[in-house]
Amino acid sequence: MTGFIVRRILAVIPTLLGVTVVIFLMLAITPGDPAELLLGERATQESLDAMREYLGLKEPLHVQYGLFLKRIVQFDLGETIWTREKVSTEIKERFPATIELAVAAMLISSSFGIILGLISATRQYSWFDYISMVGSLIGVSMPVFWLALVLMLVFSLTLGWFPMSGRLGIDTNLEVITNFYLLDSILTGNGEAFWDALRHLALPAFALSTIPLAIVARMTRSSMLEVFRQDYIKTARAKGLSEFKIVMKHALRNGLIPVVTVVGLQFGILMGGAILTETVFAWPGVGKWLFDGVVKRDYMVIQGGTLLVATTFVLVNLVVDLLYAVINPRISVR
Amino acid sequence: MNENAPAKMGWGHLAARCPLRARNPEERHPIFDQIEKFLKNKTGVAGLIIIVFFTLAAILAPLLTPYDPNENALYEQLKPPVWAEGGAAKNLLGTDDMGRDLLTRMIYGARVSLTLGVVSVGIAFLVGSFLGAIAGYYKGWPDSLIMRIMDIILAFPHILLAIVIVAYLGPGLRNAMMAIGIINIPRFARIVRASVMEEYGKDYVTAARAVGAGNRRIIFNAILPNCLAPIIVQASLGFGAAILDAAGLSFLGLGAQPPMSEWGAMIAQGRQLILRAWWVMTLPGIAILFAVLGFNLFGDGLRDALDPRLRD
Repeated sequence: MTGFIVRRILAVIPTLLGVTVVIFLMLAITPGDPAELLLGERATQESLDAMREYLGLKEPLHVQYGLFLKRIVQFDLGETIWTREKVSTEIKERFPATIELAVAAMLISSSFGIILGLISATRQYSWFDYISMVGSLIGVSMPVFWLALVLMLVFSLTLGWFPMSGRLGIDTNLEVITNFYLLDSILTGNGEAFWDALRHLALPAFALSTIPLAIVARMTRSSMLEVFRQDYIKTARAKGLSEFKIVMKHALRNGLIPVVTVVGLQFGILMGGAILTETVFAWPGVGKWLFDGVVKRDYMVIQGGTLLVATTFVLVNLVVDLLYAVINPRISVR
Repeated sequence: MNENAPAKMGWGHLAARCPLRARNPEERHPIFDQIEKFLKNKTGVAGLIIIVFFTLAAILAPLLTPYDPNENALYEQLKPPVWAEGGAAKNLLGTDDMGRDLLTRMIYGARVSLTLGVVSVGIAFLVGSFLGAIAGYYKGWPDSLIMRIMDIILAFPHILLAIVIVAYLGPGLRNAMMAIGIINIPRFARIVRASVMEEYGKDYVTAARAVGAGNRRIIFNAILPNCLAPIIVQASLGFGAAILDAAGLSFLGLGAQPPMSEWGAMIAQGRQLILRAWWVMTLPGIAILFAVLGFNLFGDGLRDALDPRLRD
């Protein structure tokens, strides 16, 4: 087990290095002077020279990469062209918003997904099973940004149940501590802000949750069906246990092992999918910031944002693998 | 699949063993059993019907509609669909803010989406299969090198990498197709690598080597035709994903550029009109939904028929 964990953690290092190489090379192979790309068109000659010095553009490519890596390790991701703010500072402000959104979407999709999958599996070939499986197929086939717009049109513009965009109403006061608004409002005992933040979160989180919800539901169903065929379930039935007890005490624990992996992997994918959802709902997270960076050709933002999201993705996948090893004893044999 | 069926080299044996020509059922190639099996799968066939529907719409576009997708009609702006108040049969699904017929643009949009699906899946398929075959056949350092590169591509969340590639290459449909092709290479590479490794030790490969076939011939004429099943399944599922990703890129303004009638770009345009004309934003999304659903159903059906081991 320890061997597996160590090997798995070590395997992350080349992947993360590879990610930095890709991000570094993308700027290097883009036509034009990297210093000019990073500073924008209106940069002065002095600042351009300073940037060239800073990037080590006179040095060979591998030395430039070394400098790039050194800056990353020191959390020096440069300044944005447009706000002249440190990229690391901007990330600190925005990352909690993205995490909050992704966690909310994950909670929605895993809880509803597991419940739907479970009911479908216990009533295989019933109308409930049929509808939820067709629904999950539609869920994975739907463009998320389109669903987000439809939700916005129906629930905020037409019915007025939810706010249209942002994280908090203009007239809501909240003392920001961690930048996780739900957490902040709990910490400051601000019930009004909590409710407002929750209402702002509802639509984007639901839109973002559809694809993982569908995948989790399908996975839970097939995994539970597999478990129901096992001998120990037959034994439990033969003992005369109630169906509820069989499902909850015997089948669920084993059936959910593969589901945990899927849920974890989806969390990483959500970080990427958040770009579209955040853009539609003007959610001030890393995804929208990264997209704005792409539109404004702010390469420091693109580099920093990509590095952050990819690193998070790799680390989440690592945690999922380790978690899988912990809950599934069979893996340590390999 | 019939495990005992002799795996043959090349593609010509298929024609020789088609059901019409085979003298007895024993000689019938297993692929025809698989086609039969697929046709019994209702959802898979439903997917196929949807795909055929969209393909026909794309090919016959000029015959299906009297309008030009990019022709502005100043007096016909924002007409609602025929069933809504104020709608007319002249524009069945209404018009956009430039008076362009929405149904016409959606039909022509099928052309764009299917083309980009073919191109991007084609890139991923060709490059991915090639790299996967090399990695699986030669093993050793080529395998390590190729698969590490694939791991790095997979280290980026799907759509993020496409967005970043387009950000550097510049927006446009061509670059979007390329980006989507690149991000899908690892899927094919992994599948082909695994299949090639599985086939490598089989007798027919040894036989081919014994009769003096070179590595290239063994890989492409002997092994690859025998690992087609999972590749085809992946291609169908990947096609749907490519349509979704491309729509996302176009929605963000990084893919197809106006006035091209691409579904994602049409949704982006409809977004500005969300309060005045719900149909401009809503209807193209339904087209995407059905097209992607078609490829997903078809892919699932194929998987069940060709390679039951791949079921989730």
